[in-house]
Amino acid sequence: MIPEIGNFALIVALFLSILQGALPIIGAARNNSVLMGTARPIAVAQFLIVTVAIVCLVHAFVSNDFSVLYVAQHSNSQLPIQYRVAALWGGHEGSLLLWTFILTIWTVAVAAFSRHLPQEMLSRVIGVMGLISTGFLLFMLLTSNPFDRLLPAAMDGQDLNPLLQDPGLVAHPPMLYMGYVGFSVAFSFALSALLGGKLDSTWARWSRPWTTVAWVFLTVGIALGSMWAYYELGWGGWWFWDPVENASFMPWLAGTALIHSLAVTEKRAAFKSWTVLLAIAAFSLSLLGTFLVRSGVLTSVHAFATDPKRGIFILTFLVVVIGSSLLLFAWRAPKIGLGGKFDLISRESMLLSNNVLLAVACASVFLGTLYPLFMDALGFGKLSVGPPYFNTVFVPLMAPLVMMMGLGPIARWKHATLPDIWLRIRWALVASMVIAVLLPLVMGEWTPLIALGILLAAWVVITTVLDLRKRIAGSGDLVQRLKTPSRSYYGMQLAHLGIAVFIIGVTMVKGYETERDVRMDVGDTVEAGGYQFRFDGVIDVPGPNYTASQGRVVVSKNGKVVTQLFPEKRTYSVTGMPMTEASIEPGFTRDLYVSLGEPIPGTTAWAVRVYIKPFVDWIWFGCLMMAIGGGLSISDRRYRIHARKAQTVATGGELLKEKTA
Amino acid sequence: MMRFILPLVVFLVLAGFLYVGLGLDPHEVPSPLIDKPAPAFTLPQLHDSTKNFSQSEMKGKVWLLNVWSSWCVSCKEEHPLLLSLAQQNIVPIYGLDYKDKKEDAEGWLNQAGNPYTLNVMDRDGRVGINYGVYGVPETYVIDKQGIIRYKQIGPVTNESLNEKILPMVAELQRK
Repeated sequence: MIPEIGNFALIVALFLSILQGALPIIGAARNNSVLMGTARPIAVAQFLIVTVAIVCLVHAFVSNDFSVLYVAQHSNSQLPIQYRVAALWGGHEGSLLLWTFILTIWTVAVAAFSRHLPQEMLSRVIGVMGLISTGFLLFMLLTSNPFDRLLPAAMDGQDLNPLLQDPGLVAHPPMLYMGYVGFSVAFSFALSALLGGKLDSTWARWSRPWTTVAWVFLTVGIALGSMWAYYELGWGGWWFWDPVENASFMPWLAGTALIHSLAVTEKRAAFKSWTVLLAIAAFSLSLLGTFLVRSGVLTSVHAFATDPKRGIFILTFLVVVIGSSLLLFAWRAPKIGLGGKFDLISRESMLLSNNVLLAVACASVFLGTLYPLFMDALGFGKLSVGPPYFNTVFVPLMAPLVMMMGLGPIARWKHATLPDIWLRIRWALVASMVIAVLLPLVMGEWTPLIALGILLAAWVVITTVLDLRKRIAGSGDLVQRLKTPSRSYYGMQLAHLGIAVFIIGVTMVKGYETERDVRMDVGDTVEAGGYQFRFDGVIDVPGPNYTASQGRVVVSKNGKVVTQLFPEKRTYSVTGMPMTEASIEPGFTRDLYVSLGEPIPGTTAWAVRVYIKPFVDWIWFGCLMMAIGGGLSISDRRYRIHARKAQTVATGGELLKEKTA
Repeated sequence: MMRFILPLVVFLVLAGFLYVGLGLDPHEVPSPLIDKPAPAFTLPQLHDSTKNFSQSEMKGKVWLLNVWSSWCVSCKEEHPLLLSLAQQNIVPIYGLDYKDKKEDAEGWLNQAGNPYTLNVMDRDGRVGINYGVYGVPETYVIDKQGIIRYKQIGPVTNESLNEKILPMVAELQRK
């Protein structure tokens, strides 16, 4: 009964979404405020009804209702309760439902926090989001209904993929989706502005906080996924250039470009058509990412063959959404005008180069990810392009980008001069070069790549400190002076420092990690990076729905015990799938990482992998700093003040016409 | 005006490509190297980099050249098949370890088993370029005169092994 309620809720949601996509937009076109007034209530109603659907599916999972096909495929009565809830997004159908649910959350958020927007604009934004929602609900109802029944019901479920039974992965997809779907807001704002024909800095100011929030979620989501890969896959790697990872990285690159481009559009009214295009691209890539990952196209193109309806629907949906928005762009963008002029050397030109580099980086990831797909679709067989391609392409793109990052905040808007910039950065450049030459020598090994990494990180840190020092220059109380720059300035610099911290992590791990892959019998000791690892054998430990072979490894340094590690090899009882659980002793300057390979047949020995990973946690700490920086910048008071000011203006019955700041 | 339509055009071309891709049947790819002599190489061996190996040492034998790498996910898919093929002793498999690190490659072979008679390291991928490697894995059937007779792009499957590679090997060995 309850799954039928869920199914019914989806159907109602579909009709509501059609109304939400039609009425407000028609209203805005005819300047009919009654029709436009329906935007908010419909958005709220849609949110409530999709909530009902998602609650029904959670109920089916929690109550082990294996007469629901999706539940039978992705859960099991032995599955611990938290994973039964998370199994909701363990497969294709449920992920679509989660996607739609998150879309309605964003829509309600826009409806609630954008009361200061002109009614036309808000109606169009909510309308566009309704249209997107229609697409997803149709997709679900026509090809991938999570409430499809399985009759007769299964005795028990096929269990959730053990890879997904992990606390890190419980939070990873919702975070990622908050990011993906969040870009739909920027997208809707861009389309509304195109529809209304008014692309000005006001539009950019409205889009900015939404874009940044989505970007923050996406950053956290990607970082979580990478952390999970680090401790769950047992190879000690944190990024594999795997198509699934790339699918989330592409919108991140486009989103990062969008954030910077929006800044220029807001402050200087330049780059307008480029910004719109980026907003469309960021969301299109999110859509593509969702589909590529969820439909299983990338793991096997033949997933389409089993259900060609899905493949065709996906493609049609992409063509409708992306095609129509690009058509709108082609039609409206020529009227936008070029905006403020700027010189070859100026903050605008630096941000433009930043945008170009990010776009090229994004395009090369796109190429590397889809190339195997194209080859497979054309019958060339499955291929891996693999890390060599991405590493070769990425370093040369990122190095100038990071150098630019140090210069951007220093350069003046509109017109800057090279001698002036040179005067301010020469010592920073010399200092970072000295550090880049000396630090690797102190660490014991000097390679050009390590030196480059350290150069970039040092450069960012030093230019950031220099710029901050200039901004708070003057006399008086230091605390008072520190309050002079805005919060969004601090947010930006924190995010930039996050990049530096990230680069340090990557460089150190790549350059100085120690790895031992050895056969160890009980009592054997292996030495790595000054630590001794003693293997004390393996015992069997039962888990809720698996049995684990748990090893004990005692780590000591200079005869003193540092820690004990308990790496596991788990076998999940339903699927019979083996899983590796690495055991890690994290540290500020290094991680000690041990994972079990395979038992050596006929002996008590095991293949054991031991890693010393210097500074590896800095990778995720850097991501966290970027995310916090993003959060800090949207808490800037100018967004709140403008919001209030705009509201009084709007209620005063006037048209919003803000001057460019 | 044109430049504003450009994004749309690019996207439509892409979508068209995807659509065609959706409907296409898998088919064989002709390689320009088929029936041509296998490009010459002399590369260090994986397990003992002081020794070299060259394709010319294989004159008079039918052999398989398998391009693989430890970072390649699809290679893991074909690995069990290669192992069982190696056990049957029908045809020697030589590995070209493509753009890989020695430790990674050896670690992977120690863990998963080694089907190769011998492996050479193509660290910078130069030899791969000569062979027209699209991606990893690829497998070449090379005859007694050192001529490439067949090229499998992507992982070896049961089907391609039994219907293409093995019959071809048997025929070439008879010659």
